[in-house]
Amino acid sequence: MSEALSPNASVATPLRLPAFPIGGRAGTSFKHEHLRAILAEGGQRGFFEVHAENYMGAGGPPHRALEAVRRDYPVSLHGVCMSIGGRQPLDQAHLARFRNLVHRYEPALVSEHLAWSTHETTYFNDLLPLPYTEATLGRVCDHIDEVQEAIHCPLLLENPSTYVLFRESTMSETEFIRRVAQRTGCRLLLDINNVFVSATNHGFSALDYLSDFPLSSIGEIHLAGHAEQADDEGDPLLIDSHDCPVADAVWRLFENVIGRAGPIPTLIEWDSKIPEWPILRAEAAAAQEILDRYRTATLPGDCDAAA
Amino acid sequence: MPLLEVASHSYAPAFAAALLRPDREPPSIVMGPRGKAAAKRYNVYRNNVMVSLIDALAAIYPGVQRVTGVDFFRAMARFHIRATPPTSPLLFDYGRDLPAFIERYEYARSMPWLADTARMERAWLDAYHAADAEPLSAASLAAVPSCQLAELVFTAHPATRIVRSRFSALTIFVANRSNDPVGSINAASPEDALITRPDYDVVVRHLPPGGAVFLTHLISGRPLGEAAASTLEISPAFDVAAGIAGLIQAGAFTAVTFGEP
Amino acid sequence: MSAKNVVSSLILAGAVTTALATIAAAGPLTKAEGEAAMAAQKEKCYGVALKGQNDCAAGPGTTCQGTSTVDFQGNAWKFVQGGTCASIKLPNGKHGSLKPI
Repeated sequence: MSEALSPNASVATPLRLPAFPIGGRAGTSFKHEHLRAILAEGGQRGFFEVHAENYMGAGGPPHRALEAVRRDYPVSLHGVCMSIGGRQPLDQAHLARFRNLVHRYEPALVSEHLAWSTHETTYFNDLLPLPYTEATLGRVCDHIDEVQEAIHCPLLLENPSTYVLFRESTMSETEFIRRVAQRTGCRLLLDINNVFVSATNHGFSALDYLSDFPLSSIGEIHLAGHAEQADDEGDPLLIDSHDCPVADAVWRLFENVIGRAGPIPTLIEWDSKIPEWPILRAEAAAAQEILDRYRTATLPGDCDAAA
Repeated sequence: MPLLEVASHSYAPAFAAALLRPDREPPSIVMGPRGKAAAKRYNVYRNNVMVSLIDALAAIYPGVQRVTGVDFFRAMARFHIRATPPTSPLLFDYGRDLPAFIERYEYARSMPWLADTARMERAWLDAYHAADAEPLSAASLAAVPSCQLAELVFTAHPATRIVRSRFSALTIFVANRSNDPVGSINAASPEDALITRPDYDVVVRHLPPGGAVFLTHLISGRPLGEAAASTLEISPAFDVAAGIAGLIQAGAFTAVTFGEP
Repeated sequence: MSAKNVVSSLILAGAVTTALATIAAAGPLTKAEGEAAMAAQKEKCYGVALKGQNDCAAGPGTTCQGTSTVDFQGNAWKFVQGGTCASIKLPNGKHGSLKPI
């Protein structure tokens, strides 16, 4: 372990990184507060997901921490601000930074959101929704093609949590996502909490959504906690808060999906009011238990393997 | 541009226009399901944007927040965010304009030292994310023949920052970056801070009088002999030996080269 | 280059020698001490959360922070309660706590 923490690891020769299989594993968000506990445990089965942007600085402790984790575990690189759903061209400097991170850390999974966050020159730091139309479909596909060409491996596209609908939408979210996957060859990150949140907020059936979702394209699943508030009419409005345990209803949907699709790599997201490591680890263990129950011989491929 | 394309790509400007403007109506392009209203629903996005950006500023400027208290800080941050929203998707790069904003902010006028405290916090985070580099060793300096010392040019470590203040901004910075009780601080004595990250930890040091001038000259590429002479002109009491020792120990440089003779 | 604005090599040599002696006097740590110090430093730092990090979580939803149109009402003084600014003083008697404007 002391070698993993060598003071100037990132200025020494490039790391030779192990290519861990990620199939069938449950993992968690990686929070620096947990690093000591994670390293003390030694290599367990599991994986860690990081938000790409937090490792786009030139050097310093963030990279040392990620290097230490990456030596023992597969890592999933999750972008939060590529603005793939935006109407303007992708930020080329940002795309280059993203590509460099993929190259440097050789993540097992690489994902981004079906959302936008930058308009003109303002970065809003939120995953903003888009209408589902033929025109936005074309734009999203162009952006995904561009990202995939840059990173040389399939991108996983994540379904969003939404709080509003657009009058101009002409197709359902599942149709939109299915057509994006067909046209670009991208894979999908199914966030089951997002499905539950959006289903509640817009009054559709989460099970219908999931039966309409192209299961064979899923490369990763996200589970997270949500908060409940009220809409203008006083009905429940769920917020994708990532600050508490996964809800029971979301666990049931997860088991339904795994029962049909097999043990897909599954991540517990927890980004706010971060608990002690054992609590987060226990959430991942609960997901692992369900994945193991539906273990089959064929496991979905990794980004590494496909590259 | 065909009409259809204009319509189908207009969601972003319409949706974005009211995000940071609570006085504006929510965009009419969005709705709730089955004809439900969308005001509170759109407000979720407004809140996500504003609260997450305030939180980002609070994480970058924890000392400033401790000085002002949370409520004042969040109110000030909200003003600042509306005036100067981020232009980079990298949040650790955000808030560079906050110190200048604090200087102009009418409700912070009685805290004239606060902007410099903020500058030190911003420099701390820049040092934290700076490129890694091995600091210059004392041995490298010892190897330089004494007749060439005057022409020695220093390369700054990527993390090295200097923040100068007419006030005791460094004492205020240090006192407010922990949760320890803050005793009485006289804000009136000028202080210069040296921020370095030779390895893993960001370290903030108090520069002696003349130290900031000396280091600024060296960082700008002036040879050691000139830098020392210029510093002594302004601060005759400056201890060149102690200055060099302190800067090497702090890890302020990565290399020495010889300038043109 | 005039001698006037350059410190002589002799003086510089003395200064650098003194500087190197100062650094050496700070004590070369034994290897074990160095490693222990390094480990302690890392331990400390690994507990530090990232500052200003990007997240994909939503915030607190329908709180009023993103929607309030009233930022200040001329009674900003009440906002400094809870801060440490009251202990930070300037000689002219001014100190950090704000007064109603």
